Amino acid sequence: MGQKVQRVEDQRFLRGQGRYTDDVLVTASGAGVLHAAVLRSPHAHARILDIDVEAVLDAEGVHAVWTYEDLQGPMAEPLPLLIPHPALTHGRTQFALARDEVNYVGEAIAFVVAEDRYLAEDAVALIRVSYETLPAVVGVEAARRAEHLVHDDVPGNVAAHLDQRVGDAPAAIAAAAHRLELDLSIERSACMPMEGRATVARWDPDTDRLQLWTSTQTSTGVRAAVAVKMGLDLGQVDVITPDVGGGFGVKINHPWPEEVLVPMAARVLGQPVKFTEDRREHFISSAHERGQEQHIEVGFDDEGRVVGLDVRFWHDNGAYTPYGLIVPIITSTQLLGPYKPGSYRVRFDSVYTNTVIVTPYRGAGRPQGCFAMERTMDAIADYLGKDRTEVRAVNFIQPEEFPYDHQLVFQDGRPLVYDSGDYPASLEKLKRLVGWDEFPAFQQEMAAQGREVGIGLACYVEGTGVGPYEGAHVHIETSGKVKVAIGLTTQGQGHATVFAQLVADELGVRMEDVEVVSGDTRRMAYSVGTFASRAAVMSGSAVHLAARRAKEKALKVAADALEVDESDLQIVDGVVSVKGAPSSAIDLGTVSVLSNPLRYAFDEASQAATQFSVGDPGKPPVAEDDEPGLEGRDFYSPDRATFASGMHAAIVETDPRTAEITILKYAVVHDCGTIINPMIVEGQIHGGVAQGIGGALYEKMAYDESGQLLNASFMDFLMPYVTEIPDGIDVDHLETPSPLNPLGIKGAGEAGVIPTAAAIASAIEDAERHSRPSMSIAAMPISPSELYTLRQEHTA
Amino acid sequence: MTEDLHDVRLIVNGVHRELRVPARRLLSDALRHDLGLTGTHVGCEHGVCGACTVLVDGAPVRACLLFAVTLDGHEVTTVEGLTRDDGSLGPVQQAFAECHGLQCGFCTPGFLTTITAGIRANPDPTHEEAREIVAGNLCRCTGYQNIVAAVERAAEIAREDVPGDVPAPASPPQDGQLGVEDRTEDQATTGLGG
Ligand code: FES
Ligand code: FES
Repeated sequence: MGQKVQRVEDQRFLRGQGRYTDDVLVTASGAGVLHAAVLRSPHAHARILDIDVEAVLDAEGVHAVWTYEDLQGPMAEPLPLLIPHPALTHGRTQFALARDEVNYVGEAIAFVVAEDRYLAEDAVALIRVSYETLPAVVGVEAARRAEHLVHDDVPGNVAAHLDQRVGDAPAAIAAAAHRLELDLSIERSACMPMEGRATVARWDPDTDRLQLWTSTQTSTGVRAAVAVKMGLDLGQVDVITPDVGGGFGVKINHPWPEEVLVPMAARVLGQPVKFTEDRREHFISSAHERGQEQHIEVGFDDEGRVVGLDVRFWHDNGAYTPYGLIVPIITSTQLLGPYKPGSYRVRFDSVYTNTVIVTPYRGAGRPQGCFAMERTMDAIADYLGKDRTEVRAVNFIQPEEFPYDHQLVFQDGRPLVYDSGDYPASLEKLKRLVGWDEFPAFQQEMAAQGREVGIGLACYVEGTGVGPYEGAHVHIETSGKVKVAIGLTTQGQGHATVFAQLVADELGVRMEDVEVVSGDTRRMAYSVGTFASRAAVMSGSAVHLAARRAKEKALKVAADALEVDESDLQIVDGVVSVKGAPSSAIDLGTVSVLSNPLRYAFDEASQAATQFSVGDPGKPPVAEDDEPGLEGRDFYSPDRATFASGMHAAIVETDPRTAEITILKYAVVHDCGTIINPMIVEGQIHGGVAQGIGGALYEKMAYDESGQLLNASFMDFLMPYVTEIPDGIDVDHLETPSPLNPLGIKGAGEAGVIPTAAAIASAIEDAERHSRPSMSIAAMPISPSELYTLRQEHTA
Repeated sequence: MTEDLHDVRLIVNGVHRELRVPARRLLSDALRHDLGLTGTHVGCEHGVCGACTVLVDGAPVRACLLFAVTLDGHEVTTVEGLTRDDGSLGPVQQAFAECHGLQCGFCTPGFLTTITAGIRANPDPTHEEAREIVAGNLCRCTGYQNIVAAVERAAEIAREDVPGDVPAPASPPQDGQLGVEDRTEDQATTGLGG
């Protein structure tokens, strides 16, 4: 543990031998695999009057076409609402293929299966649909005005309204020494993994089983959903998640229409079927996130201590709510960050718009919450003329106050209780790392050269490793090799490496002898999924526990064989030996052989385990409380989430003439408890920061008022290249172990992205401060032209 | 109407391959689906992300922008062809493993081919030049820091290499041929540029 171990999965990726979903069932001739294409709505809001598929049926290479009319039984029901919530009074989900009405550009209408993707797309182009277009509702403001409704039966376009409060914030604000109000807005962005969605299915008529490969963050979730939709027993469905080319949240939503249509088609047609989303489809038919409008009222004392915080926000959930209220609930609870306001009230509306659905994107509502809180902290500091770090420090929860109960309900339905952390120590580290105290001198020096530079910071707390559970299975084979299976999926986090590290440590074997398989329901049928920075915490803990079980059993069997006491044994490099008497030893492979009493020998080694060779003839070969085989299986299910934290600081330069924004320095202090592999954690932070910078300066979904997404390509949606990311991201770690799990781990996957926009906004404002004191940054992302316009408004 | 098929002869990673494909079949699809070389990935199908980059006669091109039929008689190197003769990782691959230059691995093949050509053209890049070499490729996972480190490390490994040890496709063709890209120009068109 704690070592920078090179990743084992890299070997296949670097040789071009990764297996992503679109690579599955590729034979030299592609024989037998059919390809699907989807007709998607060109309108943001329309009634479907008629669909004419006549021309498709004669088209070259076409095997079948489906519209809503052709769906039967559960397939004809709406897709599941995955996470119901009592406040989600008007939850709506789409059909696998639109019935009567479409509610966003990109919604699936017809599904064509043909010999190859080219022919399938040709056929899609032949389908004629007549629409009656309806007024589109685009953006939070239009949704709130509710002049038009997205769903006829959802008044005011409000899917849900939720209130939480601790104390009486309005009264505390009214009585406070100082008061401020802020109105903030955050644009939509999206996960944009380099690999889009993809699904392949093969129906085996001989065994009546379905094999499904899909690029998902939850293979067990897809399995359950597909079984229900297709009327199959769970035991008839195997879902395998091969290599996944990035997820960042979007692939936790399930089942996507294609995830049920592909297996349906494979079964009907008796041939494997593949669907691979193209980039434009990913923009218009996968999920987005972030879009929110916020109104904040805050009351504070002369020191900047917040006595009352009252937040009202409107969350754009797109056209449907398959993922429930998770994102706005996270915003509303995680907004508090490392602070303890005297009282807090938060109210939100989750509203419908005629746009792509909104489900978690790395950070999942936290970047918006962090933006609200940190902009508020900056506003307080500005108002009082205090240093921004001082205002934050007086509001921090102190190290001795843990566990700290916010008296709110978190996204997992459990109390929001922070387990551990040391925020003052983090702040000190950050100030040193970025050179906070030295900055004013640098700023003056630059000003003398006519350059505007600014510094900013932002702090966050992230609930990671939410339940309900994860499991692991560790199997020591007779070869001595260790096979580990975890249920959740992996999409670049290096699970095959970090979990092998954990097993090697706990079991006393060489890392190269450990192989980890993830996301294959044949190997581990019970799992939840990869989201909420939970893999290391949840699966990591489960792997540790399962390895311990395997070890206990290995010691027991070895103790019998060597006729010593278990406590006298040790396992080093896969060999069990008597401490202090290394010649008395037995390797784990042999222990595995002995653990499985045999009737039939299959090789020389296994002869040792046959009935005339081992065991006490007076006892059953497998003891009553035991099982054959050298395996360990265990599950980890925590009481509640564990809370990682961190702080970022940015130094930016803004061009006085062109308003171009350049990040000169970026610093991160990060506390994710015990670190398993620092190289991988830093990689996660780098990636998160890059996405955060995208969200702060470049990325937004440019919808026009008719609901057309104008920038649905990598040419137009400005995702950062290396040229947009600072050269060097300084990272420092603090390790405050979590008391909640055996290894003290906290999640790290989302951290990098959470405070980035807030830190950069703070820095830009600081850079502009001297020339335009009244100017504040209230919306993200901010482009040079937006900054330019803002300047005009604040120049007397 | 059935599509006309065309014969295409290619040398892929040093091996002669023959294909019969429709005129509109993209090189990326031909490599992946017809030749089974799934190491080349498709991230955008419109020439912006660089995931599909392969070397044609030694120069980096975007396989999603080329029709396979236009490649008749040419030499193509994909990620599968970047290993050394003995099967061990080539310099760029090795550098990526050492520097943790990849996470999900989806963008990686395009970076590996791009950098292979980049350090062949400029065996000792400065730090700035190392950044420029990868400035036309998108990665959503890594934040690029380790990729830039890997460019520098790859150049270092390649310089220490015995000449001829690195797979060396034929010399680059004339400018403009086959839509071969000039990297600097490519950056200018695809970079965000503020
Ligand atoms: S797939 Fe060719 S450049 Fe993106
Ligand atoms: S490693 Fe995942 S996109 Fe680059």
